[in-house]
Amino acid sequence: MPFKRYVEIGRVALVNYGKDYGKLVVIVDVVDQNRALVDAPDMVRSQMNFKRLTLADIKIDINRVPKKKTLIDAMEKADVKNKWENSSWGRKLIVQKRRTSLNDFDRFKLMLAKIKFWVVFNVLKIGIMLGILFPIPMKAGMVRQELAKLKKETAA
Amino acid sequence: MKKMELFDTLFWFYLWLQFHQYQVVGRAHPTESDEHPKIYRMKLWATNEFSDFWVLLNIFIKYFLRKLKKAKKSNSQVLTINEKNPTKIKNYGIWLRYQSCIGYHNMYKGYRDTTLNGVVKQMYTKMASRHRVRFPCIQIIKIVTIPAKLCKRDNSKQFHNSKIKFPLVVKKVRPPTRKLKTTYKASRPNLFM
Repeated sequence: MPFKRYVEIGRVALVNYGKDYGKLVVIVDVVDQNRALVDAPDMVRSQMNFKRLTLADIKIDINRVPKKKTLIDAMEKADVKNKWENSSWGRKLIVQKRRTSLNDFDRFKLMLAKIKFWVVFNVLKIGIMLGILFPIPMKAGMVRQELAKLKKETAA
Repeated sequence: MKKMELFDTLFWFYLWLQFHQYQVVGRAHPTESDEHPKIYRMKLWATNEFSDFWVLLNIFIKYFLRKLKKAKKSNSQVLTINEKNPTKIKNYGIWLRYQSCIGYHNMYKGYRDTTLNGVVKQMYTKMASRHRVRFPCIQIIKIVTIPAKLCKRDNSKQFHNSKIKFPLVVKKVRPPTRKLKTTYKASRPNLFM
């Protein structure tokens, strides 16, 4: 499989280890085989080992080692923040963050919501299978597909 | 050489070597014949973790002072010690003289780094790994920042590309903190970037 994400100037990466864990940074220059000069709007430009970075799909258009202001403008132009938050990876991280920040009451509310959902789900499922809800009784596989569609709609 | 062994063991124990640059200024004691002896300044690199750092310092300066001027430990004085610091990628050339089991050799090494101390750290670690030369056996003659045109080593020159682009071949899968490290995993990690 050919590579899709390259280390290049302007590549956005996520820090996956260390003090800046979870930050989105931009590769601004390459020091050598193992390290890159990395920059983000809210941090001092520093060098980071590639082992600490996971490359993202986003790339912005900058020259080698841009000024901080140029970098921030380029990031706005490329709309990095929105692209990241709408990507499946970004969304997953947001959900994870949300889940860890739940307090006990939130978890209780979540539990109730889940119970409610599954009750409705199962009623619908049985209804469809027996043909009560829909004119034709459907096979289990088809039922699952239909209900998956339903689930996606309700979860969104 | 008991002191050399001590440094050797310290070197291997403290693998996290953060090198600091020290500027040592010393001269021979003023004597009747020489009221104002020439002051010599030397830049040294050492880590803080040498417990007898001061002794090392004194040894160095006496060794070099003695070579340059007739000064022994007893009649020379250390005047000041201070440190230096800077974040732009530079190409450095280091001239060094090191002692191997056979004899003394001169070397020129080129490295890329953001700081001077970073290069020195790189140099010491690479000399240790490639040539088995330990810290006390290396003498730094000169360190210079070089413009990209004058770089000699291909390893540095390959990064002189404003449109540099390469893939990372293997993804290092590791937990974000060492606390979350476990010996066994439920599933095989995916190493594709």
